[in-house]
Amino acid sequence: MRSFADFGNDLYTGKRSIDFVGRQKTWYTVSLILLVLAAIGLFGRGLNIGLEFRGGSEFRVSSVTNFNSFEARSKAAVGTLSTGSDVVVTKIGTDTVRVQTEKFQNSQTEKVMAALAREFNVSENKITANTVGASWGASVTQKAITALIWFLVLVSLVLATYFRTWKMSMAALIALAHDLVITIGIYALAGFEVTPASVIGFLTILGYSLYDTVVVFDKVRENTMAAEGNGRLSYSQAANQAVNQTLVRSINTSVVALLPVASILVIGSWLLGPGTLLDLSLALFVGISVGTYSSIFIATPVLADLREREPAMQELKKRATRYQAAQGRKTSTVPSDSDSADTNGTNDSDLLETARVPSGAGSTAAGRPVHPYVQTGPRNQPKRPPKSKR
Amino acid sequence: MAINPHNRGPLRTLSVLVLLIVGLCGLLGAVSTWGTAQKTPKLGLDLQGGTQLILEPKVVGNTPINPGQVQKAVDIIRARVDGSGVSEAEVSTQGNNIVISLPGTPDKATIASLQKPSQLSMRAVLVAASTAPTPVPTSTGKPTAPATGKPTAPATAPSVKSTGTATTAPKSGFPPALTAATTPPPTPTPTTAATPTATPTTAAKPKSASDLAWVTPELEKALATLNCADPKSIEKLVDDPTKPMVTCDNEFPVKYILGPTEVLGSEISNATSGQVQGQNGPTGKNEVRLDFNGPGTKSFCDVTSRIVSLPRPRNQFGIVLDNQVISAPVAQASLCAGTASITGNFTPASAKILADQLKFGALPMSFALQTQDSISPTLGGDQLSRGLLAGAIGLLLVVAYSLFQYRALGLVTVSSLIIAGLLTYGLVTMFGWSQGFRLTMAGVTGLIVSIGIVADSFILYFERVRDEVRDGRALRAAVETGWTRARRTILISDAVNFLAALVLYALAASNVRGFAFTLMLTTIIDIVVVFLFTHPLLSILANTKFFGEGHKWSGLDPKRLGARTTTYAGRGRVTIAAQRAAAAEGNQS
Repeated sequence: MRSFADFGNDLYTGKRSIDFVGRQKTWYTVSLILLVLAAIGLFGRGLNIGLEFRGGSEFRVSSVTNFNSFEARSKAAVGTLSTGSDVVVTKIGTDTVRVQTEKFQNSQTEKVMAALAREFNVSENKITANTVGASWGASVTQKAITALIWFLVLVSLVLATYFRTWKMSMAALIALAHDLVITIGIYALAGFEVTPASVIGFLTILGYSLYDTVVVFDKVRENTMAAEGNGRLSYSQAANQAVNQTLVRSINTSVVALLPVASILVIGSWLLGPGTLLDLSLALFVGISVGTYSSIFIATPVLADLREREPAMQELKKRATRYQAAQGRKTSTVPSDSDSADTNGTNDSDLLETARVPSGAGSTAAGRPVHPYVQTGPRNQPKRPPKSKR
Repeated sequence: MAINPHNRGPLRTLSVLVLLIVGLCGLLGAVSTWGTAQKTPKLGLDLQGGTQLILEPKVVGNTPINPGQVQKAVDIIRARVDGSGVSEAEVSTQGNNIVISLPGTPDKATIASLQKPSQLSMRAVLVAASTAPTPVPTSTGKPTAPATGKPTAPATAPSVKSTGTATTAPKSGFPPALTAATTPPPTPTPTTAATPTATPTTAAKPKSASDLAWVTPELEKALATLNCADPKSIEKLVDDPTKPMVTCDNEFPVKYILGPTEVLGSEISNATSGQVQGQNGPTGKNEVRLDFNGPGTKSFCDVTSRIVSLPRPRNQFGIVLDNQVISAPVAQASLCAGTASITGNFTPASAKILADQLKFGALPMSFALQTQDSISPTLGGDQLSRGLLAGAIGLLLVVAYSLFQYRALGLVTVSSLIIAGLLTYGLVTMFGWSQGFRLTMAGVTGLIVSIGIVADSFILYFERVRDEVRDGRALRAAVETGWTRARRTILISDAVNFLAALVLYALAASNVRGFAFTLMLTTIIDIVVVFLFTHPLLSILANTKFFGEGHKWSGLDPKRLGARTTTYAGRGRVTIAAQRAAAAEGNQS
């Protein structure tokens, strides 16, 4: 704990700084490898599509006591009524058998239920039947895609308005796409079943991934605004400082968000078996982890790369280099202590006003901008009007 | 005890929250004590057990179904579900599909009756009878109100609707109207047995659809025993187009024996409602206009020509939808022009309802079963209890982690989470009562997931405050500046989250909706709690000695947070944080 707080302090002051933005090539490579793996999983192995998307019948027999060769027994029970070619039997939790079959008609369903009840020696009300048409899953997916498109459009607009630059929207969306592809790739590679609940989970990841990115970006906005004002840090350095300063928050938040999800995941896989709860929590667990990663390692470097190309940012970089050289410090380290004292929200605008004026007009030999008052000579004292005029 | 002036603002904010919670609890208590609400959230099917059926309405002839027809289909299904006598059933749409949620497991017959195709038909009325219960003989002698009231009731009730035929003068060229009569049975005799006076011999073969020879003793018996007050018995009626049927009027206390089907719903090409046009413009009376297609014109012409001269009630024909007579107008002429209008004591709304029923009922709709999902109550209960267990464990872990990370500040997180939980419980229960919101497994998952997002607001806030303390601010100032900075971030990130949930809610299927709804709800609650509870609480705590001086266990210890040793404190003074902290420590030991 002690060390974690110190870690946070060091990150904040810049004593310790992890170069998230500068080493973007490393993170991009890591992500590229992950994306390629995801693509291989997606196109090579393919997704394990759930019953809801294929169409079919599902039976769950609960309170089963005798699990000896339950697969063969359930296949035999179902086989009396169908070809039995694609019957999938799984054991769920401690006492439940799930049998997935082709789609049965209503009357057949009841016969299958009766047969299963006989086979496993349970009463028929311990068996639940679930018949799904193939179009149901398709309609869910179609709606999910519509929702996705709407969401992306709306969110880009909101973010572009809030941050006053479309580049933040774009970087956030790149991170989002990255998260989504990797999550789905993990599903394909691990062979997790994709159900409508997983689709809900994927959609939630969108929200969470953006949420996390927005929190980091808000700090980036704050720091870069100060940097643009005092010209002591380049955009990338300011952004990197922001990521470092929010790192403790990111870690804490992810842990807090993951703890309940993980507890559902454990309870779900241990006691409940496949179902809405497990599918959702699995998607969320993977998604939140990837989302935290991307908001730190992908979103901010991408944003910095996008912004650094702007002429104004190039100018800022030059100013920062001059300043840092003048300070006699290495350019690579973030100047500590002295800069962060001024960066509170209330002063930002003042700094921006006062510091921008001299950037072209007056500067010392070292290239340090001069305070406006220095240029205009001694400060004028307020004059009192003569007594007669008061 | 005097209130610290610094605490006045925060205390006022806190009292707003207290008011809010007390109000919510009070309202909940009131509606559950005197109203229909329950004290716990309503549970969805997957938690309390039951069956969900998804039906896809199909119009015969592969025409794509439009939203108006879907709505009509929902009305039909709703009427059927109500008729099947299942309580607590819910019917909703999901795109073009209809979702029926039933508690328990319905038998095959119920499902089949829900699925059967809907068809509108017109049949000639053979016998009409009052549904008023046969008066008990002893009561007839007494001139008291209840005794006399009963036999007269059927006579007075329908007369509200029947109009003088003379006033329904239609526009020239428009065929003379039918009155939406459903006029009282010819003789409002209190005993139903008296009505079918002409008891035909069963052997006689009916010559036309209006021939009383259709009325067999069995039908009479069925008519006498038919109880129109019981939707279940209406549901059981058989609508066979080639045979006469016994049925009830859905509005008036009248029951009928109807002849075989003569005009099919599919033979009505259009139905509209509007005001009757007199010589001087609209007369203020409403009518329903009908257009028939080719075969419809002919059969309708045949029916009206035949029954127009018959005595009442046989000059009426019943329009039957889903086993019930929705209107039984009297034919006033033989109508062979392919159009007709039904007049009567309609309001604009009731005329429109009838026109819609005729128009959409004209489309024979069938319902294909898409999915049937049954969950046994024990399984649902297991899911709920284990889901709650998972949530409790998750919450406990979050509490442990935040205490570990933030020491005493962690307690602020915990109490904020408790307040958030209280509000969520109250609101979910309220929505269950007012909007019929049901908590499903997906909803519970949404709630558990939201623990992380709600807790994040606190973490964000605390981290900002810590940042300010690191900059050397005194705690009270750090709380205020940290708050102004954290507030922006909390608002924008919650806005994004809310947007995600809103889009999900607006566009997604029904079981996704529960999830999206809880996410939306908790996002709003998050903002409410942070603004009305966490921030004022922290402001008050900042004025206490324990937090304000940065006790070792407060989580805001300047020394531990590495606050810079000297800070400019304004007016030429300098604060030395480490010294101050050391002094505080020295004082305590």
